Amino acid sequence: MSQTATLPAATFEDDAPPAQRVRGYWGTVGYRLRHDPVTLCFGAIVLLIVLMAIFAPLLAPFDPYKESVILRLKPFGYRGHPLGTDELGRDLMSRLIFGARSSLLMGLVPVCIATALGGTLGVIGGFAGRRVNAAIMRTMDVFYAFPSVLLAVAISGAMGGGMANGMAALALVFIPAMCRVAETATAQVRSLDFIEAARATGAGTLTIVRYHVLGNVLGPVFIYASSLVSVSILLASGLSFLGLGVKPPTPDWGLMLSTLRQSIYIAPLSCALPGAAIFVTSICFNLVSDGIRSAMDVRL
Amino acid sequence: MLRYVAHRILLAIPIAFGVSVVCFSLVYLAPGDPLQTILPSDATQDMVTQIKHAYGLDRPLPVQYLLWLAHVVTGDFGMSISTRRPVILEVTGALYNTLILTSFAVPLAFVTGYTMGALAGCFPGRAVDRIVTGAAVVGVSLPNYWLGIVLVIIFAVELMALPATGMGPQGSAQFDILRWSNAQYLILPVITLSMIPVGIIARTTRAAVAEVLNQDFVTTLRAKGLSELAVIRHVLKNSAPQVLAVMGLQFGYLMGGSILIETVFTWPGSGFMLSKAIINRDIPVLQGTILFLSMIFVATNLVVDLLQSLIDPRIRRS
Repeated sequence: MSQTATLPAATFEDDAPPAQRVRGYWGTVGYRLRHDPVTLCFGAIVLLIVLMAIFAPLLAPFDPYKESVILRLKPFGYRGHPLGTDELGRDLMSRLIFGARSSLLMGLVPVCIATALGGTLGVIGGFAGRRVNAAIMRTMDVFYAFPSVLLAVAISGAMGGGMANGMAALALVFIPAMCRVAETATAQVRSLDFIEAARATGAGTLTIVRYHVLGNVLGPVFIYASSLVSVSILLASGLSFLGLGVKPPTPDWGLMLSTLRQSIYIAPLSCALPGAAIFVTSICFNLVSDGIRSAMDVRL
Repeated sequence: MLRYVAHRILLAIPIAFGVSVVCFSLVYLAPGDPLQTILPSDATQDMVTQIKHAYGLDRPLPVQYLLWLAHVVTGDFGMSISTRRPVILEVTGALYNTLILTSFAVPLAFVTGYTMGALAGCFPGRAVDRIVTGAAVVGVSLPNYWLGIVLVIIFAVELMALPATGMGPQGSAQFDILRWSNAQYLILPVITLSMIPVGIIARTTRAAVAEVLNQDFVTTLRAKGLSELAVIRHVLKNSAPQVLAVMGLQFGYLMGGSILIETVFTWPGSGFMLSKAIINRDIPVLQGTILFLSMIFVATNLVVDLLQSLIDPRIRRS
């Protein structure tokens, strides 16, 4: 077998240029991403932020919880505190580094929950019969009727704040939209010929969903989920800013912004820092998501 | 057309119904008994049953919901726990203040965002497109409450040119838009508020215009010798329904979603009231405000749908 296979290859190698290799779908996506400097650059920053969150204890110069009465609101570089201190004398840089943890967590966890639940509901709604579809989608329409910030604030406000409640509220905000994306994608695939062909060969519903539907639905769902991460980070820090997300003294960018705001006249620069961290993280996730979207676009 | 209007209104009714159910159940999401906030901590069991009966809390939930709905429909949203005033008065008063902000932020955001997006869409790939796309990404990723704080730092703390917070020296009661001493309080919140809608509208408009520009009929228009300006007019008109849908959503968000901005600028609008209600655990105000704001959102969506069908007859027929 090896003889017949290698023989023609050996003869072609010298004179003719090798035929162009056809890339698979994921090969194309990878190729596009590798040749997109903007996405690569911002992806690297996202990676750095994630690493910073993971290795926070190693990177932080001071204990982020250690308060000091005499070291309150000191300027940049004061006694080895590179970014100064906050209103309770805690090292600002250490708190910013540790703050990446809760911000990323509150950005990613709700999106993951919403993708799993909303995606499942959407696939069920798109594939099951008319009644199930109506029941699921009309319920989602109700949650769609609330402005997203308002719904998140209302739910976490009524449940009494806290990180877990905040995450649950955000997940609930994202589920309807996620469900719609999955439902639309499923409904589009459902009427295509290959599904009918699969059914004609005797495949059961579960098999069809698993092998033929999911592959076509996961793409759009993943693209949408990646665009939600930055929204989730913004909303989560907004909740913390209102006192509904992370509870003090846990370092969190949104919470730090709201407590440092009280000292806006004394230390305006330190007051602006946590928000800048939120902004940088959110814009990086946004641009990476844009890059993934155009790399995964089959029409291009 | 009339049939379409009737159909759309009929569709909105179950949604409004569902929204009211969600708002009603907010009370039961709260940890502990909803009565906890009113009762003194040393209340006897007797007192608890008495008050439960007085508030109708001893009846089954569906009955409670219907009673609540009957009150709400007649404009009775209950009493605020912290101010002891009817919730409806509190909400409408705050909503009026929010409306002042929105009536300036909406035109600013819509005109800026649409102009940016249309320009970028007409010249895809050119410098103007890149600048607008970049600016739109910034606008969408910006934590707007942080932008508000930064603007306060620059214009109020450092330059001392504009007031930092509040609604004027006399407060909200005598706010007079025509006097500079009052109107200057609007500038920073309005700019902050319009930032995200500008980004989103610019993005959508750009995408919609660029997509229409790629369609075959544009080539036909050019082939029959229409001037470029006339072609653009056709393109803009065809991209209008999509843009309008997003504008409607943004209008709804501006009406209800400005809680963070109003908190940053202590603007006594509906959002600020909501954040106060959360701090005070004033559930009736929380419930009433959210119901009110989401109903406005539902109504806005309805109006946008009807406007869309007015512009684009294809939507009516489908």
